[in-house]
Amino acid sequence: MSGLRVVIAEDGLIVREGVAGMLRRFGHEVVAAVGDADELIKVVPEHKPDIVVTDVRMPPSFSDEGLQAAITLRAADPQLPVLVLSQYVEQTYAAELLDSGYMAGVGYLLKDRIGEVTEFVDALEEVASGRTVVDPEVVRQLLGRRRDPLHRLTAREREVLALMAEGRSNAAIARALVVTEAAVAKHIGSLLTKLDLPPDADDHRRVRAVLAYLRG
Amino acid sequence: MPIRTALEALSLRPTVFLRSAWPWLSLAYLSVGALVGWVTILAVTSLVIAGTLLSVLVVGFAGFVALLLSGIVVAQVERRRLRLVDRSEIPDPHQPVPEPGLRAWVRFRLREEVTWRELGYAALSAGLLCWMDALVVGGVGYTVVATLGAPWFIDDEPLHNTFLIALAGIPLTIVLAYPITAWAGARAAMARAMLAPRTDEKLVEVTRSRARLVDAFEVERRRIERDLHDGAQQRLVALSMQLGLARLELPPESPAAEPIAAAHELAKQALTELRELIRGVHPQVLTGRGLAAAVGEVASTAPIPVDLDFDLPSRLPQTVEVTAYFVTVEALTNVAKHSGASRATVSARILQDKLLLEVRDDGRGGADPSAGTGLVGLADRLAVLDGAVTVSSPRGGPTVLRAEVPLPVGEEQLPPVQEKPAPRPTKPQPDRGFASADQERS
Repeated sequence: MSGLRVVIAEDGLIVREGVAGMLRRFGHEVVAAVGDADELIKVVPEHKPDIVVTDVRMPPSFSDEGLQAAITLRAADPQLPVLVLSQYVEQTYAAELLDSGYMAGVGYLLKDRIGEVTEFVDALEEVASGRTVVDPEVVRQLLGRRRDPLHRLTAREREVLALMAEGRSNAAIARALVVTEAAVAKHIGSLLTKLDLPPDADDHRRVRAVLAYLRG
Repeated sequence: MPIRTALEALSLRPTVFLRSAWPWLSLAYLSVGALVGWVTILAVTSLVIAGTLLSVLVVGFAGFVALLLSGIVVAQVERRRLRLVDRSEIPDPHQPVPEPGLRAWVRFRLREEVTWRELGYAALSAGLLCWMDALVVGGVGYTVVATLGAPWFIDDEPLHNTFLIALAGIPLTIVLAYPITAWAGARAAMARAMLAPRTDEKLVEVTRSRARLVDAFEVERRRIERDLHDGAQQRLVALSMQLGLARLELPPESPAAEPIAAAHELAKQALTELRELIRGVHPQVLTGRGLAAAVGEVASTAPIPVDLDFDLPSRLPQTVEVTAYFVTVEALTNVAKHSGASRATVSARILQDKLLLEVRDDGRGGADPSAGTGLVGLADRLAVLDGAVTVSSPRGGPTVLRAEVPLPVGEEQLPPVQEKPAPRPTKPQPDRGFASADQERS
């Protein structure tokens, strides 16, 4: 995918310009690059971007303005894809973000991931296309937790869920675990059942599974 | 135990007491007390008169000011006089005046609380105490003279009768030593209570300065965290990104490819380390979402499962949250390092005006506060907030660490726990492609 129209919000000038340059190199168009949350909320309706990339921490109080702005933007337009970059892994923030808006097109990544240039751009494109991407570090931490309802999952099912949380497709999960796609589908089916997500639920069950995971 | 006050002297054995100087000192103290009181009355009256008469001129005002400050002089005399019946010295509770000059002195003294306490004492002393002193001294003197002197001035009784009265006067006089000493002691205790520096004046100052230090420490932590975040971390992210881009440009067989890849790896490691460091300095989620959320994040990274049982109605004052957070982190680190536990529980609740924090594990126990600095460090941290930590850790377990932190009174607003600010849309309209979302065919 290329030619995405992107809005970037990041208060650090070097990172902001760096990300903008990087995205342009991959053929995307940075329609606005702003330094604080208020401006972000202002420019998004003007430019109607395909995706918003925002830092969590921004002026004026440097707490979680970026995250709040993302949530506000998604309240106004539940389908606006948003990729949030966090200084460090906060499940609380990830869960709040995933809870916002329509349950798709959300990404929560560590800021460090920007360095993994291709993976970062891939993740951005995934989110823009409506998938959910959660940082592997969040997922790794969650794997360490064995609490209801997750304790009922087998080790393999947890692995599958972790990869789902990263936004991978069944085919990609199968490749990662070196199993057949049919086996992956079977695992997913059984873990969804264990998480009480019946097949007739009209929400996106994969995202709900990830949310169940996040809430532990 | 050495006897330091007249009241303490009363507890001596009568033989010792009656031979001691205490009854005489008490008598002297009370006699001088009566005199001082009358002098005070005289001085105050003249000041009032002078002030009133001279108030036509502006200088009269000085008379009234002097009246207000007269307590200082009375108290000065009283503190010296008190040495008669109270051997522990009373330090002057007045602060040194920072500026020279009479006006500065007057202004500074009038602002001191102790000046008004001293004025109160002077009024009490002149209005009541000196009269009672006189009454006691006079009464005792009269009784002694009337009994012992009976043979001399009672003429119309036979000598053997008056002699009997005088004889009876001897034990009476001895017994009177007690009420004299008692009144002197009580009066001295009163004077001390009013004129000594408030017992907690110094202590409060100490506690405040400790609290200030901790606050300063916390501010500094945040500043360091901010600086690292805004400076080093941003640059490392940018560096890592540039190296990542450079790698893309290099053909894989290029001789530079390998060192660039190594440099990229190092930059990423540095970022990871820096991230952990920043988190340890001050976790952002604690400020943003409070204790439960911050402890939740820590619990989720702990090597063993940690159950949380938090029942906090609202956000706590910041100092309490920060302290409770670091206590929990330290306790969980100990659990992970030493206890051999397979599970831990952190619970927090408010009981009256205290935060009760408990970290419990099912490990082997035997934690010894004297062995390491960890537990002592926790106690120190809590002591600043008047909190305390107790550890129960019998051999074989379980270990329970309990910390109590009093919530500061008079702390105004406690903002309610921040709710998730996510307004959910009522009806999601799925139309954006979510290709992989429904791929599973169960």
